[in-house]
Parts: sequence; structure tokens; C-alpha cells
Amino acid sequence: MIELQHIDKYYNIGTVNEVCLFKDFNLTIHDGDFISVIGSNGSGKTSMLNLICGSLEAEAGKIILNGEDITHQKEYVRQRKIGRVYQNPAMGTCPSMTILENMSLADNKGKAYGLQFGTNKKRIDDYREMLSQLGLGLEDMMGSKVGSLSGGQRQAMALLMTTMTPIEFLILDEHTAALDPKTAELIMELTGKVVKEKNLTTIMVTHNLRYAVEYGKRLIMMHQGNAIVDKAGKEKEELDVDALLNQFNQISIETGN
Amino acid sequence: MEQLIIGVLEQGFIYAIMALGVYITYKILDFPDLSVDSTFPLGAAVTALMLSNEMNPFLALLASTAAGALAGIGTGLIHVKCKVRDLLSGIIMMTALYTLNLRLAGGSANVPLFNNQSVFDNDFINGLFPEALSSYKTVIIIFIIMMIAKVLLDFYMKTKSGYLLRAVGDNPTIVTSLAKDSGFVKIVGLAISNGLVALAGSVMCQQQRFFEISMGTGTIVIGLASVIIGTNVFKGNLLKATTAVVIGSVLYKACVAIAIEVGLPASDLKFITAVLFLIILIISMDRKKKVKS
Ligand SMILES: Nc1ncnc2c1ncn2[C@@H]1O[C@H](COP(=O)(O)OP(=O)(O)OP(=O)(O)O)[C@@H](O)[C@H]1O
Ligand SMILES: [Mg+2]
Repeated sequence: MIELQHIDKYYNIGTVNEVCLFKDFNLTIHDGDFISVIGSNGSGKTSMLNLICGSLEAEAGKIILNGEDITHQKEYVRQRKIGRVYQNPAMGTCPSMTILENMSLADNKGKAYGLQFGTNKKRIDDYREMLSQLGLGLEDMMGSKVGSLSGGQRQAMALLMTTMTPIEFLILDEHTAALDPKTAELIMELTGKVVKEKNLTTIMVTHNLRYAVEYGKRLIMMHQGNAIVDKAGKEKEELDVDALLNQFNQISIETGN
Repeated sequence: MEQLIIGVLEQGFIYAIMALGVYITYKILDFPDLSVDSTFPLGAAVTALMLSNEMNPFLALLASTAAGALAGIGTGLIHVKCKVRDLLSGIIMMTALYTLNLRLAGGSANVPLFNNQSVFDNDFINGLFPEALSSYKTVIIIFIIMMIAKVLLDFYMKTKSGYLLRAVGDNPTIVTSLAKDSGFVKIVGLAISNGLVALAGSVMCQQQRFFEISMGTGTIVIGLASVIIGTNVFKGNLLKATTAVVIGSVLYKACVAIAIEVGLPASDLKFITAVLFLIILIISMDRKKKVKS
């Protein structure tokens, strides 16, 4: 369980551009939640994820993970339980290393990175098996540099690498935004599958309302640093794309956007 | 002629050890570390201090490496903990080490070591090499030291820790995602790099049989030139990057030697070094292809 309690977040403090993004922001993410987060550009979705992951520090408030106060815990320490896939496919892989090396690197998460051989030969068949499940033919090019793969192939690898070791929370920030519709569909299917299989507590930011409706058990709409819609269970199931679009437009009219 | 070739190989292999260090920072970590101009003479200063106190010359190699590694850790801490830009961290360390090097050398800018033992001239080595090989003795020993450094580095790059080092220069975000401190990994890389550079300084000091405070000036340029020649000339070949760097270093020293051989005075050395480096940069256009993440 992750709790954001009374979070205040300001940007550009002490300058004329000072803005308050979150003021007394509260959110509780329960174990097993699969939350889709939507909202207009600049509504604070990425900032919220950054606060949870520790890439950003709040000016006030607490972040509690499984009962433990992690407000001031370093970003890399939090990542032991959290896996994150970014919008930019380049963020989740190492371009100058081969597919096999990338897989080996990710497979060792949670263990020590010492002077043992980087690639465990006994695991290569497992890696091949995992890659073949992506259906992109990556299993036949394990010696190729990841930098030579397409964005979609890299993003599929990034998702695989993030979820191959035991984690509790999966954080996805528009992870299909840079992909063509077909690959995006594939990545979303993989996402749904792995979340179910591993029972990951997931937060997924997306601009695709259909994905937000189809995937996830809970839906949050962000607006100017507030969660103005938060629907779970039956309420969420009854949502459809048109209803959401209406909501979206309404907000835009109200704020004159 | 033979004399010339042996000289080029000796110098080339010594600077190759240093270039392997520069390869780590420049190519793998993407960290332009200027402190090598001072960690190279740091290795020499530690060596001069130890040799003039009749200590074991092989121990001096190890101690110099350790001193260089400490300097690398210093640069890393300035960068990671004090959040100083990479280039400036190196410059700060470079400046500070100048004083330290002078102190280590007993306050003098010049320490002759002609009557002291070295790894090239001691009872054990002299007994090992037959008279016929004596003119190749130095180059053989330098080659062995360089190969040990290279093989160890190659091995390290294949370990888990080595993977992480390669990852951090490529994409620091992924190191964080793997729940590892990317700052710490960078510091490890700088330690290994500067350890190698100081080792080269120690070998250089023992080969020349003197320490001179300014012997490190321009080291970074030689290192970068070697790395860029090596990795560009042998790009896409099956050659290991470290092997390419070693060859790059020898090629570079050969170019400089040729320039002097055709009549340019030795006092123009630094100028030749700079012009050659510029030519190499223009030919390879290496900087252009580097994409910042
Ligand atoms: N580093 C920063 N410095 C200053 N302001 C920032 C910074 N990062 C974000 N902001 C501001 O905070 C607000 C929220 O940004 P955020 O990136 O969280 O939005 P988002 O909901 O993820 O938007 P998008 O859909 O475009 O990704 C924006 O108004 C932005 O201007
Ligand atoms: Mg965003």
C-alpha cells in the first residue's frame, strides 16, 4: 500500500515563476490496485509518479509505503520494490549493451552486483523463453545491441526487464505514447498479462481513454494537481470513453482551456 | 631504426595503460575527467618517494595505483556528493593534486632516480633476462604490465559490477531502476580509471628514472587521442575496444615520433600533440555522434 498524505509540491520556489502544483494532495493506493490515471497536459500526473518513486521531493506531507515512512528515502532504495517504465523507450534499456547483457543486468535486480560473471549461462534459455513470449523475434538476436532496436521493441524489453524480478509496484508513465497503434496494443496486452500474473499493484498514466477504460480496476482523472475523478469497482466498470471525454471537455470549458 | 621502434613501443605501451583509464571515463562513463593530468604524475610522485627510500619497485606500482584510485574517488565524491559538474570536478582535483605531488616529491619539481632500483633494473629482473635480450628488457616488462592491466580490465567488464559500470554511462536511469546508487557506480569507475592512469605514471617514472612535476601536462590529450584513434580505426571490427585503445596509443606515439624524426624540434612536442589531436578529431568527428541522454 502506498499513501500520499497532505502533499504540498511547489515548483521554482523563490522565483517569480513559483507555482503550487499540489496543495494538501492525498491518495491511497491499495495492494492489488490497478489504477489508470488520465488528465490534461500539466495536470501533475508525472509529478505524482515522481513523488512516489523519489525522483522528486515534496515540500510538505508524507509518503508511506507499506506502513513505512519513505518520504526522505533515496530514489534508488525505493526501486527495490518499485518497477518503472517511462514514456521514452530509451530510458528502460542500455543501448550500447546487447539484449542478453540487458536481460542479465535486469535479472540481477535485488542482488549484489559483484565480481561474478555478468551473464549466468544457465539463465540464457529462460531469457530466450521470456523474449519469445513478446512475439517480436528478439530471442533470435540476443547478441545485438539494444540501441539498434526500434522504440517498440525496446519498450517491450523495458517492460520485460522491469517485471522479471519480484517487485510489488509497477509505475507506468505513458509507456505506450511513443509507439505505433499496433505495437501500443501489443505492449498494453503484455502489461495486462504481467500485472495479472504477478499480481502487481499498478499505476498507469495514459492519454488513451480507451486503455484507461479497458484496463485497470480504478480510474483517476487529474486536474491542476487534484484527483477530480476517482472511481473504482462497479462505478469504474460503467465508465466508457464517451463519458470520460465529456468530463474532459467540461473541465476544459470551466477553466477556459 | 630499431631503436626508434622500441622507443615508440615503450612509450606507446606506457601511455596505453593510461589510455585504458581514459577509455573508462570518456567512452564508458561519458565523464570528461581532466584530473588525469595530475593523477599521472601522482603515480610518478608516489613512485619517486618510494624508490628514493629504497622500497620495492613492484610495491611502488601497486601503491601508485591505489593512490590514483583514491584521487579518482575524490573526483567522484566532488561530483556526486557536492554536485559539481563533471568537468569542474576534474579540474578541482587536478589543481589540488599538483600541490600534493610536489609535497610527495619532497618539495622539489625534479627527483632523479638514476641510482635507485626500478622494475626494469633490480636483482631479480636482471637475473631473469639473458644478456642478449637486455635491450628489449624494458619494452617486454612494460608490455607485461600493460597486458596484466588490460586483461584484468577486460575481465572486470564482464562481471556484474562491470555491467553496471557500462550501464551507468549509457543510461544512469536504469541503474537507479535496478535499485543501485548510480553515484556510487560512477565513483567506482573513476577509481579504476585513475588507478590505471597513476599506474602508467609509475611505470613512466621508473622507465625515465626521474620524476618531474610537469610530466603529466597534456596526458588527457594523449589519452583521448589514443582512445579516439583506437575506437575509430577499428570500429565495427571484432577487436575488443581495450585492444583497439592499446593499438591507438602505439599509433599515436608513432605519429609523434615520425613528426620529430622528420625534423621538428622536440620542444614543439606539445604543439604537435595538440595539432595531431585536432586532426584526429576532425577526421573521426567523434563528438558529433555522441548523443546526450
Ligand atoms: N521541473 C519542473 N520545473 C518547473 N515546473 C515543472 C517541472 N516539472 C513539472 N512542472 C510543472 O508542473 C506541472 C505538472 O507537470 P507534470 O509533468 O506532472 O504534468 P503531466 O500531468 O505529467 O503532463 P503531461 O500529460 O504533459 O505529461 C506543469 O504545469 C509543469 O509546468
Ligand atoms: Mg507526464
